[in-house]
Amino acid sequence: MILHTLNQPPANAACFERCREAMSSDDTLLLIEDGVYWALPAFAARLESLSGRVKVLAADAAARGVDLPAAHCIDDQAFVALCVSHDKVVSWF
Amino acid sequence: MIFSIIVQAPPVQAQGAETALRFARAVLAAGHRIHRVFFYRDGVHNGTALTCTPQDENSIPAQWQALAAEHDLDLVVCIAAAVRRGLIDESEAGRYGHRHWNLADGFELSGLGQLVEACLTSDRVVTFGGRS
Repeated sequence: MILHTLNQPPANAACFERCREAMSSDDTLLLIEDGVYWALPAFAARLESLSGRVKVLAADAAARGVDLPAAHCIDDQAFVALCVSHDKVVSWF
Repeated sequence: MIFSIIVQAPPVQAQGAETALRFARAVLAAGHRIHRVFFYRDGVHNGTALTCTPQDENSIPAQWQALAAEHDLDLVVCIAAAVRRGLIDESEAGRYGHRHWNLADGFELSGLGQLVEACLTSDRVVTFGGRS
């Protein structure tokens, strides 16, 4: 069970696709920094296969005006908790 | 739980160093331990003593120094990545014949062996990358 973090915007779709291809069914994706733009409705179809396994770092979403349902957003403390609950962390950038 | 953090993002231009700082604070606030922060590739610029930050902005290098002083953190800068980017300490200045050096207090130049040791010692290693 791996936590993947992605900080690249949709303009760098190749990075997202490499991440998605590497993910197993019990992995979690955390969108951080410019990666939070992937949570916009326009990209919902790209995230469909990861349904329920995508989290967004709240501070980064708020800084960019990306308005999301609270259930998808986590704070820095929850980021740390995800690191603990997963076996390892892989960063895509 | 023991964490180590790899910072590959420079203090300006990318957000990664700031994210790493926020993460480090959250790790410590949760009661975990940070074994080492390893600055690699352009992340070595976090260790410069010569940053002049505008008054209405936060100095990332100064925040690393403050956090390290408060929590006795081991801030290690990759020596091979650093010297080629013009980040040197007094010892390297002597080796390369420079009259000046610029590694900030609280940081230490060392090799990739420190990264390997951190990976072996830590329960979790989290990388913050440069592009963003």
